[in-house]
Amino acid sequence: MDKELQPIGSETRAPASQRSRTAELLKHAKALGKEIDVSIDGNSVTVPLGTTILEAARELRIHIPTLCFHEDLCLAGVCRICMVEIEGQRTLQSACSYPITAPIRVSTHTAKVRRARRHVLDLLLASHHGECYICTRNGHCELQALAAEYGVDLFRFGRADRPRYAIDASSHAVVRDMNKCILCRRCVRTCIDLQEVGVLEALHRGQHTKVGTFMDKPLADVVCINCGQCINRCPTGALRANDLTDEVWEAIDDPAKHVVIQTAPSPRAGIGECFGLEPGRPLTFQMNTALRRCGFDRVFDTNFAADLTIIEEGVELLLRLQRAIVERDPAAVLPQFTSCSPGWVKYLEHFFPDYLPHLSTAKSPQQMFGALIKTYYARTNRLDPKNIVTVALMPCSAKKFECNRPEMCASGFKDIDYGLTTRELAKMIREAGIDLPKLEKSDFDNPFGTATGSGVIFGATGGVMEAALRTVLELVTGQKIENFFAHADIVPLRGFEGARYAEVPITKVGPVPALVRHLFPDWNWLRGATLKVGVCHGTANAKRVMEDIRDGGRFSHCHFIEFMACPGGCLGGGGQPTPTSPAIRAARAKAIYSEDHAYSVRKSHENPAILRVYEQFLAAGPCGHESHELLHTAYTRRGKYIA
Amino acid sequence: MTTSAAVQTTTNRLTFAAIEAGQGLNAALKQPPADALRQVAFSGLRGRGGAGFSTSLKWELAAKSAGERKYVVCNADEGEPGTFKDRVILADFADLVFEGMTIGAWVIGAAHGIVYLRAEYTYLRPHLEAVLQRRRDAGLLGSAVAGQNGFAFDIAIRMGSGAYVCGEETALIESLEGQRGEPRNRPPFPIDTGFLGNPTIVNNVETFAWVTCILAKGADWFKGLGTEKSTGHKLFSVSGDCARPGVYELPMGITVAELLEEVGGEAAKAVQIGGAAGQCVPAARFDRTIAYEDIPTGGSVIVLGPQRDLLRMSRNFLEFFLEESCGQCTPCREGIPKLLEGVELLQNGRCSMTYLEELCGLGETMQQASKCGLGQSAPNALLSIVEHFQDEILGRVVAKRPPARRERTA
Ligand SMILES: Cc1cc2nc3c(=O)[nH]c(=O)nc-3n(C[C@H](O)[C@H](O)[C@H](O)COP(=O)(O)O)c2cc1C
Ligand code: SF4
Repeated sequence: MDKELQPIGSETRAPASQRSRTAELLKHAKALGKEIDVSIDGNSVTVPLGTTILEAARELRIHIPTLCFHEDLCLAGVCRICMVEIEGQRTLQSACSYPITAPIRVSTHTAKVRRARRHVLDLLLASHHGECYICTRNGHCELQALAAEYGVDLFRFGRADRPRYAIDASSHAVVRDMNKCILCRRCVRTCIDLQEVGVLEALHRGQHTKVGTFMDKPLADVVCINCGQCINRCPTGALRANDLTDEVWEAIDDPAKHVVIQTAPSPRAGIGECFGLEPGRPLTFQMNTALRRCGFDRVFDTNFAADLTIIEEGVELLLRLQRAIVERDPAAVLPQFTSCSPGWVKYLEHFFPDYLPHLSTAKSPQQMFGALIKTYYARTNRLDPKNIVTVALMPCSAKKFECNRPEMCASGFKDIDYGLTTRELAKMIREAGIDLPKLEKSDFDNPFGTATGSGVIFGATGGVMEAALRTVLELVTGQKIENFFAHADIVPLRGFEGARYAEVPITKVGPVPALVRHLFPDWNWLRGATLKVGVCHGTANAKRVMEDIRDGGRFSHCHFIEFMACPGGCLGGGGQPTPTSPAIRAARAKAIYSEDHAYSVRKSHENPAILRVYEQFLAAGPCGHESHELLHTAYTRRGKYIA
Repeated sequence: MTTSAAVQTTTNRLTFAAIEAGQGLNAALKQPPADALRQVAFSGLRGRGGAGFSTSLKWELAAKSAGERKYVVCNADEGEPGTFKDRVILADFADLVFEGMTIGAWVIGAAHGIVYLRAEYTYLRPHLEAVLQRRRDAGLLGSAVAGQNGFAFDIAIRMGSGAYVCGEETALIESLEGQRGEPRNRPPFPIDTGFLGNPTIVNNVETFAWVTCILAKGADWFKGLGTEKSTGHKLFSVSGDCARPGVYELPMGITVAELLEEVGGEAAKAVQIGGAAGQCVPAARFDRTIAYEDIPTGGSVIVLGPQRDLLRMSRNFLEFFLEESCGQCTPCREGIPKLLEGVELLQNGRCSMTYLEELCGLGETMQQASKCGLGQSAPNALLSIVEHFQDEILGRVVAKRPPARRERTA
């Protein structure tokens, strides 16, 4: 396992203005054992030079309130709620941004500090326009929580009596209500520094400052990739996903409609957080019961479609390889990129449109499933696709955009009608009066009930590649994947490093399995080859990998690369519960990998339901003409220049 | 009395006029950088941009800071309302400024100098470029400054875009880097993490000019002027209700009364010292001295005659800050509009004592909690008026009822 490509951590990602050279030097000093004593509220602790006051306080379990600070983001020091008093200094200092380089005495709640914090809150509340009880973040808003913490009981400096800005609901994915924005700029740092997409930035100055887009254009008209990471880091209700729960309820209430829902792996690992459980407690089967109680006619497992994606995408890869190696066709495009993350797809369309031929033409599992439901499932159940409403429960905001792509209409109707986020489903479940964690379990519906562990791990970064390798290696070598990797766990692809790279030598090849015999006469051409694969998550890392490919670096020699737009993969998606942090994402990943182990079948090509679909419906086999019509798609060269 | 070139500005006799180009630099280059620094340190020179930080200490820290590339930046963003002395210096004594920058480069080991020139001073640019070219031709800038092998230094001019906050040194650096001109968190300071992450000294135009004089005339001379903690002379930009407004070189430690006598402003009822960010000194306190130990200033002196309405003045200043706040931190962005609303209430006689006290508390919070000097000093003018001119302001307070904007939630 090669870990040379620097993982991109928050430190290296900080813009120049927030990067401390002292801290760099001090890191070195830390290695030399340079530490410093700091006293906070009379408690002493020894910390490495350059540690911030906030970090030192957390070590001492002293609570300092924060608002613009976020573990995933570079520092800003702008909200000023975390101010503390340092003995001998005239001004208060923001604890989140103050590096300790001398022995200082800090007080976290002197009269001066308390008054200043109250003033900051009073000022924020004075210009914040919104009523808590008609806000999506009611009950889990950081501003609301702070107001409660500081016992705010009056609008000391008045209040905004009318909205200043129109709500931008142009995007299928993200709704922006800048009246609720407190200008902490977490979204700006998310978009510019964490994701390196750069759609959001502060506009204007002083009291006219507002977060906006290029020329303040509607979000739908700029290079937003809909990843929703900004939503996950917004402390208030200023950013939210485009909520379609009302439309979904309406469909459920309509007796003429047959409403089916598919659920992706990540929401199961996250939804418990919406019901007060600690992160990493999957509620897969309780959720099935809840969905039926909500009134969905069928509950399907997206993992089934994930398995289908693996077959289609894996075979597509083998076809590209055959073309390159056997036919020596210089037009064979490698490496192949995964296409299941709609945020990533749009990122590539905007920022590297020349590389679109690298993108697998396979639709994402969500869309494949929608296409099958309105064709195969409709036919076998004698339903008119016109009356089927397909809902997809996704950890994702970009899926809301994806299902509205005009080309995603394999049956003549939208493959997927509505994308719901984990948060939105939690809301529906609560509205239906259901206490999710206490619910009895129930299974998914047939005929797509069976899924494999490979589908589950799609939720974590590296999971698609792991699933693909499990299948491709077994198809080609005829050996069990367990012979290569113990327990079929391809550990080198797991974890949270920004970009990962792995090589798998193919020493022996086996007979060509029946499923793909019509496409490959034999595997001899692969004997002795080394399969090179890459994985990356977060578009900032994707950008690094793309630049590496452009410059002929290591990733340009890969055969297959998994890209996920969101940090952590789908489990960190823009539709997942808030808050998010590296620890929360790690807990969700753990839940996902343990689910994988619980499956009896853990490889996509062994999923009997998949084989049945190819037998009964997609008769020309993987990448055959039926599957091309239903399960594959094309992309749009968008470019990054805005009209 | 002499008058400055492009824009007619009255000045008194300036030390700068007696210093020849090359004098200071040659003296500096004759000694190792550490010795030149010692001279600056001995002179006791403190920054002339307003904050009054020890110039030699700043340079010493930058000299010690590890870094391949270092930068010398001249802050020529002169944006404080009521200051225009840097404009006079740039117009008439640019050589001294560039020479001070070169001495700074010698001391800290920098090869690159940048003048951040206020957008409104664009008309000065051709003149400054010509002076730079002349210095290059004379070998005083370039690959071997004054024939000193191994000492390469040149200066480029970059234009500001009209934001007052870009005079704040870290916002200035952000602006130089092509970002929004917003102040950074400090620490780290520019001497450690400055332009493009490199050690950088940022000094005021006048500071650099004095460095040249100190090297030319000797640190003893400078130290002998002014007070113990505020050595030397300083240029003041005097405007307002006085007979002879203009740029004055006066010793540090001068009393307000003495200064007023010099400029013909004895009738003043108050003087605003330090510009919009400064404080309003009432006549009763004209015995106070202008020095870092009493009233610090970047040089702006606005004389306020008996007929002036101080509330209107503070409103004018707050409107200025409202316009110029960068908008990143809460106390400044949200606080300034509240203070301004308060002044409007005061003007209409509709501000209660309770609310006025509330606003003064808010002003103190802004002084303590804002991220940069702009927000920290924005309330100064109002607070000093409330402190010293209670009668004038309270005369208009009519109501005891709570302010209309106060609202109970419960
Ligand atoms: C809002 C604001 C505006 C400032 N504007 C200027 C300016 O126009 N010119 C200047 O020399 N310093 C200005 N300063 C001070 C600079 O931040 C810095 O302290 C100064 O350039 C240091 O130089 P000195 O040590 O030579 O005075 C400003 C500070 C603040 C907070
Ligand atoms: S105090 Fe004002 S100008 Fe300074 S950083 Fe804060 S908002 Fe910007």
